[in-house]
Amino acid sequence: MKHLTVLAALCLLVFWGSVSVARIDTFVFDNPQDEQRFKKLSAELRCLVCQNQNLADSNAELAIDLRRELYSMIKAGKSDGEILDFMVARYGDFVLYRPPVKPTTYMLWVGPFILFVIGAVALVMFVRRRSDDVLPGDELSTEEQSRLQGLLEKQPAGKRKQR
Amino acid sequence: MLPEIGNFILILAMTIALAQGIIPLVGAARGIPGWVAFARPAAWVQFLLLVMSFGILTHAFVVNDFSVAYVANNSNSALPLMYRISAVWGGHEGSLLLWVMLMGGWSAAVGLFSKRLPPEMVARVLAVMGLVGVGFTSFVVFTSNPFDRYFPAPMDGRDLNPLLQDFGLIVHPPMLYMGYVGFSVAFAFAIAALLGGRLDAAWARWSRPWTIVAWLFLTLGIALGSWWAYYELGWGGWWFWDPVENASFLPWLVGTALMHSLAVSEKRSTFKSWTVLLAIFAFSLCLLGTFLVRSGVLTSVHAFASDPTRGVYVLMLLGIVVGVSLFIYAWRAPQVKSAGNFALLSRETFLLGNNVLLVVATATILIGTIYPLILDALELGKISVGPPYFNAVFVPLMIPLVIALGIGPLSRWKQDSFERLAKMLRFALLASLVLGVLWPWLLFGQLDFMVVVGATISIWLVCSILVDLYYRSRHKSSLWKGMTSQPLSFYGMSLAHMGVAITVIGITFSSYYSLEKDLRMAPGDELELGGYLFRFDGVRDNHGPNYTATEGVVTVSKNGEHVATLHTQKRNYTVQQMPMTEAGIDPGLFRDLYIAMGEPLGDGGWAMRIYYKPFVRWIWLGSLFMAFGGILAASDRRYRLMAKRKAGLKADAKLAVQES
Amino acid sequence: MKARYLIPLVVFLLMIGLFGVGLKLDPSKVPSPLIDKPAPQFSLPDLHDREKLVDTAVLREHKVSLFNVWASWCVACRQEHPFLMELARSGDVPIYGLNYKDKRPDAINWLNRLGDPYTASAFDEEGRVGIDWGVYGVPETFVVDSKGVIRYKQIGPLTEQAWQETILPLINQIRAEEG
Repeated sequence: MKHLTVLAALCLLVFWGSVSVARIDTFVFDNPQDEQRFKKLSAELRCLVCQNQNLADSNAELAIDLRRELYSMIKAGKSDGEILDFMVARYGDFVLYRPPVKPTTYMLWVGPFILFVIGAVALVMFVRRRSDDVLPGDELSTEEQSRLQGLLEKQPAGKRKQR
Repeated sequence: MLPEIGNFILILAMTIALAQGIIPLVGAARGIPGWVAFARPAAWVQFLLLVMSFGILTHAFVVNDFSVAYVANNSNSALPLMYRISAVWGGHEGSLLLWVMLMGGWSAAVGLFSKRLPPEMVARVLAVMGLVGVGFTSFVVFTSNPFDRYFPAPMDGRDLNPLLQDFGLIVHPPMLYMGYVGFSVAFAFAIAALLGGRLDAAWARWSRPWTIVAWLFLTLGIALGSWWAYYELGWGGWWFWDPVENASFLPWLVGTALMHSLAVSEKRSTFKSWTVLLAIFAFSLCLLGTFLVRSGVLTSVHAFASDPTRGVYVLMLLGIVVGVSLFIYAWRAPQVKSAGNFALLSRETFLLGNNVLLVVATATILIGTIYPLILDALELGKISVGPPYFNAVFVPLMIPLVIALGIGPLSRWKQDSFERLAKMLRFALLASLVLGVLWPWLLFGQLDFMVVVGATISIWLVCSILVDLYYRSRHKSSLWKGMTSQPLSFYGMSLAHMGVAITVIGITFSSYYSLEKDLRMAPGDELELGGYLFRFDGVRDNHGPNYTATEGVVTVSKNGEHVATLHTQKRNYTVQQMPMTEAGIDPGLFRDLYIAMGEPLGDGGWAMRIYYKPFVRWIWLGSLFMAFGGILAASDRRYRLMAKRKAGLKADAKLAVQES
Repeated sequence: MKARYLIPLVVFLLMIGLFGVGLKLDPSKVPSPLIDKPAPQFSLPDLHDREKLVDTAVLREHKVSLFNVWASWCVACRQEHPFLMELARSGDVPIYGLNYKDKRPDAINWLNRLGDPYTASAFDEEGRVGIDWGVYGVPETFVVDSKGVIRYKQIGPLTEQAWQETILPLINQIRAEEG
């Protein structure tokens, strides 16, 4: 248990150190497209050492090394797919901030859509039920209105035992 | 001695909170007036005690009492006074004490501004808040006591984390916590209404101003946090979809849904069981956020140092508070009768649609946030869910929301006709379709599909708000007279909606048109970016009260004219030996120029990061509009009248019914 | 009590259960995708002798071997070191070292001072081999079998507990497989 505490303390050190000071790379790219790709990929890859940061924003040693690796792969003309495969082969799906679509993540990717459909269906069903007979004209019914009025005015304590 | 007194007062406050939680509740159930009347004074005394306790902790910081462990861990004698004061909530223990004190403040305020409410209702509301207060105060007392001592006392403190030595720490947590605990009022009203069996239009009207005020604080808190991260972390980002950020965004989304749902419940006495559920959700998500931030179940850039015992305690607290309230809901809500029919095309439908989209968005973000935890718990592997995912699922939900936002406020309760709405909005539609393409194209000279979408829906929203104002005002003798006769709540709503449009523009333009360059610069080197010329003038030494710094100076000009001189610093805080980058920013309504300095690269060269960020201020400007709209809406005449117990309520109620 | 009003409560209780399990997990531990895959190829100079090369082949020379990633700047390695020495003395399993992102004199000095448990240490100055092995937190220890396949990875210091509970049984199993 003790080493875990030490480890946690170390992580904390790494983490604070990494957040606070900007480590800025001065890579020179052959063309703007490559520069864009570098930015996009380094933003979508997760730094493993840090608490929750992408490669682009992290200043941990490993992140700096991996940015250099990324840069040299882009320089060497590797495709985005090849670069991502390289990272996943070493660190697993954890490095991808955009989770891959696979059986374990189906619910993640399809879930919002299902929720939206459920919400929309519930909305339509609810509205249909309520729109059966619309009486135009009256806002709050007179009964409702007088009740609202009554409640808003101060009334003797005994009268309020209604259910 | 003083810290022990502070601790004692805190325990006393906890005891009173317990009494506040039980006696009025029993009194309300049994109809004992004396017990019912106990609620208000209890809330006031409790708040007073919490303020005293908080004051004593603040005093320990001000006088540098490093025998108090929390002070020693988070302060230093060289720390400037304002940061010593804000350091009170710079760590886990003190921030919880702030939370508890603010919650006491909300209780006291409810006691103060509820003279018109039936005493049993007040008693139940304050009792629920008291019980939640007991949970949190005991959390502070038993697991996170800020008054614990070091023996022997260290000579000096370990200093406040340099990242937190900033204006942001002074304003962001108090605002955010005001929002979080503010939702406890709406929550308490909901539980009290369920318990008392009076879930009606009056309940909705009472809850509304409290909900709006809590919401506006949360809005400001989130915006301040985002702005702080933007200028402090040195990478120019303003939202990372980090679990802790999501934890604040979830209650905001549900709180937004709640405000709108309360409007329907008040005006049309419908959706009531749904509204009450949203009120429970909003506060539950605040508690969930507390759990996520303080337990260490998820990794985050912003999390507090975590501790398993605390995690278990907050989880139990979360389980009890939310579990019991959802049980009460399941037990009582089925008896709620919702009246009021409405047609497919009506304001009710729009508001319900708003609710559906916001709740689906909330659920989506919640699932995304805890999905890694779900897989890990089921031993299905470790994954990360980050910005690419959240942007991909969140944005498509917000587009229909903003479009509907343009129509909703113009629509009529109960029933409306498509022709009427189309007639009012045709020009807005035309203007947005034309300007949505033209505006970004003229500004930036290039277009992206999402930019056109973002610009179009924002302009659509702004135009529709103006159309709304025109149609509401034109029946009066003059347009001006019509405009001035609109209630404050209308202007509040319009401003808040305008804020949405402004934020959407800010997000869209700054995301798609920002320029960034990382490069090596030696003194005299120049870079052209976004039409601006950045010249690096070199570095000089600088220092502050508790740090030394190397300061880089960059002069910015445009077409030969001087625009700004930017200073960026690499600081070294002497106590923690921690280096920090301080960005240099020239803020502007239409663009920010942002520079950050990295490492020296030899031969006088420095690694520099330069950003040109168009419209980035609009993101926070929009939030200010939303918050200001909230202030206007909450100070609407009908709530003030309620508070002041004035006569003429009938006219007011009529106004409330008609104004829609 | 109508069933649909119970849905929020049920969903919530499931979430609480999930969080309860979550409190026991460590979110920062990332399992290696290299388990049961051939060890990544490398060929690096020996730490003590820059003329000599250490490559992947050495890991196939034994029925089972440990591959320990370490550095002189790493605090936790210092903590783990006595246990490695004990292991080395027992002569049970050969330990190969990957000296990760270190300076040669610092590393040699460290070993001279504290003792050298390694059969050989490869010197990975740039950390390129570390990247290939998916190293993200030093120290890390890989268990490699005679076919050069990675069977297990210990993240963080090797401890008596981890050794007894996980690694030793695995080593015995590997030995049994190979007969």
